[in-house]
Amino acid sequence: MNLAVFTTFLGQAGQAIEEKVIEKGIVDFAADYSTKWDGGGEGGLFLAGAVRWLVETYTVPDWVPLSSVINGTLGAETFPELGGLLITIGMVFGFVNIFAIGAVWSERKVSAHMQCRLGPMEVGPHGLLQTVADGLKLLTKEDIIPRLADKTLFAIAPAVVFAGVLMRFVPLPFGDQLIASDLDLGLFFVAAVGAVEVLGVIMAGWASNNKWSLFATIRTATQMVSYEIPIGIAFVTVILCCGSFSLVDVVNMQGGTLTDIDGEAHNGWAWHWNLFRNPFMLILAITYFIASLAECKRAPFDLPEAESELVSGFHTEYTGMRFALFFLAEYAAMYLVAAVAVVLFLGGWWSGIYWVDEIGMGTDTWLASWLDGVLGPTLTAVLGVLIKVKVFLTKAFILVFIQMWVRWTLPRVRLDQMMYVCWKVLLPASLVCLIGSCLWELATGGASFFGFGIVVK
Amino acid sequence: MARLEIGQIIAVLKEKLPEAVSEEVLDGVDPVIVVKAEQWAAVAELCRDDSRLGFDLLSCITGVDYPEREEGAEIEVIYNLDSTANLHELTVKVKLPRSDPRVASVEGTWATADWHERETYDLVGVIFEGHHNLVRILCADDWVGHPLRKDYEPPDSFHGIKNVIY
Amino acid sequence: MTEAKIRTEEMLLNMGPQHPSTHGVFRVVVRTDGELILESQSHIGYLHRCFEKCAEGNNYLQVVPYTDRMDYLCAMMNNWGYAASIEKLTGIEVPERAEYIRVIVAELNRVASHLLAFGTYGLDIGAITPFLYAFRDRERILKIFEKLCGQRLNYSYVRIGGVTFDMTDEILSDIEAFCDYFDPKIIDEYDNLLSYNGIFISRTANVGVIPADLAISYGVTGPSLRGSGVPRDLRRDAPYGIYDRLEFDVPVGSGEMGQVGDCWDRYMVRMREMRQSIRLVRQAIKDIPDGPFCDKKAFRGVKPKAGETYKKVEGARGEVGFYVVSDGTNIPYRVKARAPSFCNISILDKLTSMSDVMLADLVAIIGSLDIVLGEVDR
Repeated sequence: MNLAVFTTFLGQAGQAIEEKVIEKGIVDFAADYSTKWDGGGEGGLFLAGAVRWLVETYTVPDWVPLSSVINGTLGAETFPELGGLLITIGMVFGFVNIFAIGAVWSERKVSAHMQCRLGPMEVGPHGLLQTVADGLKLLTKEDIIPRLADKTLFAIAPAVVFAGVLMRFVPLPFGDQLIASDLDLGLFFVAAVGAVEVLGVIMAGWASNNKWSLFATIRTATQMVSYEIPIGIAFVTVILCCGSFSLVDVVNMQGGTLTDIDGEAHNGWAWHWNLFRNPFMLILAITYFIASLAECKRAPFDLPEAESELVSGFHTEYTGMRFALFFLAEYAAMYLVAAVAVVLFLGGWWSGIYWVDEIGMGTDTWLASWLDGVLGPTLTAVLGVLIKVKVFLTKAFILVFIQMWVRWTLPRVRLDQMMYVCWKVLLPASLVCLIGSCLWELATGGASFFGFGIVVK
Repeated sequence: MARLEIGQIIAVLKEKLPEAVSEEVLDGVDPVIVVKAEQWAAVAELCRDDSRLGFDLLSCITGVDYPEREEGAEIEVIYNLDSTANLHELTVKVKLPRSDPRVASVEGTWATADWHERETYDLVGVIFEGHHNLVRILCADDWVGHPLRKDYEPPDSFHGIKNVIY
Repeated sequence: MTEAKIRTEEMLLNMGPQHPSTHGVFRVVVRTDGELILESQSHIGYLHRCFEKCAEGNNYLQVVPYTDRMDYLCAMMNNWGYAASIEKLTGIEVPERAEYIRVIVAELNRVASHLLAFGTYGLDIGAITPFLYAFRDRERILKIFEKLCGQRLNYSYVRIGGVTFDMTDEILSDIEAFCDYFDPKIIDEYDNLLSYNGIFISRTANVGVIPADLAISYGVTGPSLRGSGVPRDLRRDAPYGIYDRLEFDVPVGSGEMGQVGDCWDRYMVRMREMRQSIRLVRQAIKDIPDGPFCDKKAFRGVKPKAGETYKKVEGARGEVGFYVVSDGTNIPYRVKARAPSFCNISILDKLTSMSDVMLADLVAIIGSLDIVLGEVDR
């Protein structure tokens, strides 16, 4: 590959993007070019939009393998659709992988420091590359399928589990405009697709032809099906209060510039988060968090893989990359439930400070104007996007940290206690919260308690 | 309930079962009484149930093989009894003929005798009559011989595993 | 669908010999109805190393290292039990200083053993962190032992007629430093971390209840028996060494969190015993006299008169007893070891058939009995 050509290409592309962004403004730019391929005007990944626009504008240079096929056969019409899709998938997949690598490392470090040890220290600075090394090790391991296992089910089960988790990332935003696809029934989708993961776990446990795995399977089925109910009720409550299934809408109700029922604009602050919408939401957030621990099989509800009881639970018989997929799925699910909690209760990408939230949104606050003056509109817009991503991820990571904290502190509950917690504690509590929230909304006409009576439209 | 000396213990035993104690060895390191094999089950019951004795804990069962005794080859089964309430202890011996070592099982009296008797059967080869499941416990089920008999010869191999003596 | 068409089946589950929570190569075959255990059958012997047969082929001194390997977590007490039985047989007088050293090392070893029991019990219940805390502190004791006799587990330190090496002032001050570090701060930390944790209590209270009479009938001794409320401690009831001169309490289970004799009681007895052990170590360090630390003559070899004896000491898991038969030579005619774990674990089958036990409870019960398979199988 000719490096000079490549750098020229990059330079040209960069310049072109910059010109285009300056011309249209970053928000419009992103909206314009990311919504085309998913058709509904629902927003999309900014980067995917940028790439799509690039492909539309430029022909693929000659030195790229198969450039003639791409330019000719696929052409400007089909390639961007396919390409945008692939890029979106790639980005979500990439995020999950990188997150999992980081999370496994931090789980090790967190547990180590909670247990008076250092954790991985050898590979890379402070063992940063330990997970990468482990991943390589798992890749090179022999893929063993037990002789008496149900081979087909055994082989596809990890993929089903992983796909089940990955699919739930589709309606999940990473920041303002950064979303694979803003589905109208986003929350419903998240809840529904969650069942695919259960199916995968059951397949894995059953197909292993191992009694311990079978135990784990039964436990998984009971646990995950039960805990979907409090989670579902938490979803329903938020949906009722916010009036939308879309995760983006739910977030937009919690910060930024809020429009009330009379069409008047209000500044959104941290107390406009759903968490503080009414007193019931606080309890609901806690029930959701506990239920979500069970949903992603984390301690103290790690019964499906209780290593002291069931050896290793449903993935006892798995080796190598198939095992790694379960691992990836577990960590992806950790992030997922945390991110959903952030969307539902913790104001999504809104930092809770109005001036910070409005950077790059086109609103005229003192901070935004000052930044405009210093950085110029484009950079301010980029900064705004980055801050929102950062805020979102930070909130989610804090929740993930709490999940780890809980895991390394608490013992495991027993099966009957786990069911007791679900059916006799979490379910009634969340039902009370559902009814309470409904009554609250009725009584106040939708005004939030801590939000000083703003009735959000 | 009080701690009894060995003489008092023997007196209590003789009071209830005058024929049972065949021999008293009181000059050894530990005082030992020897009980007739056929009376042992009754003695055991008495030891446990009599409130003056109150031997509720069977500490240990030991089988010892004496192939070259003057009075004929013998196997001794030694029971160490202990009282958690009265804090006294008693060593009871039962002497069995080596050719056919049979003694009544006391697992009904002390549940712990179950495993102890299995172990003694496994290693010394004493048959405990009335034991509900007298099978080997430490050695493999298909092991041949009783390793703690003095004339025991270890096999050269077991299921293809060679017996290597370093 | 009519009810008759739905068929449930019982399942035979083989737990062990390789299983994370059987604490070694212990096998339980359980018949389960779902998560509920209907019946269990224990199988031991996977670690049988013929201790008793080996003892008949070595002289009295050479048997000592074999005793280490029975209960490898509290080897000091095994050494002591064996040494005491031979001393009783031969009438060897142990020097005063050696008796004090024995108490110090045995009680430290008891703490180390209970720490491991505490840590692994947390692991059985699903709490991983206490395990590493326990190992952090156990390490300090092992370091002291390493300094003392060059070994971390199989000490062979307590020998017939005394102890192998003298305890230097430096080691004594190390031990004192450990006591000050450990009690009460660290044990309180453990209690905060695990003992009074709500989930832990709900997992262990009212689980695996052993009534006192059943425990005695099954020959359960040590902390497991005291957990059932029977205050039997050989250090107090049949004093050996210098225990009659030292002050300590015998903690017993009282059913604080549930019924008397449940898993929590057995666990808590160990936690409380650690405090008592530290108390004993402190007293022994304070009073330790100068003088010889061993009977040099006994170290060269012993040849007891023909005779036999049974000597029992209080190990970390219960009554460690040795029945030794001598025929007047320097090789024992018969050595029988009474291993506390062997008797303690025999109650398991009874417990599973007695009450409703779930699979997770079985793990909790095995953990609360604190077995060491090296000792069960010998």
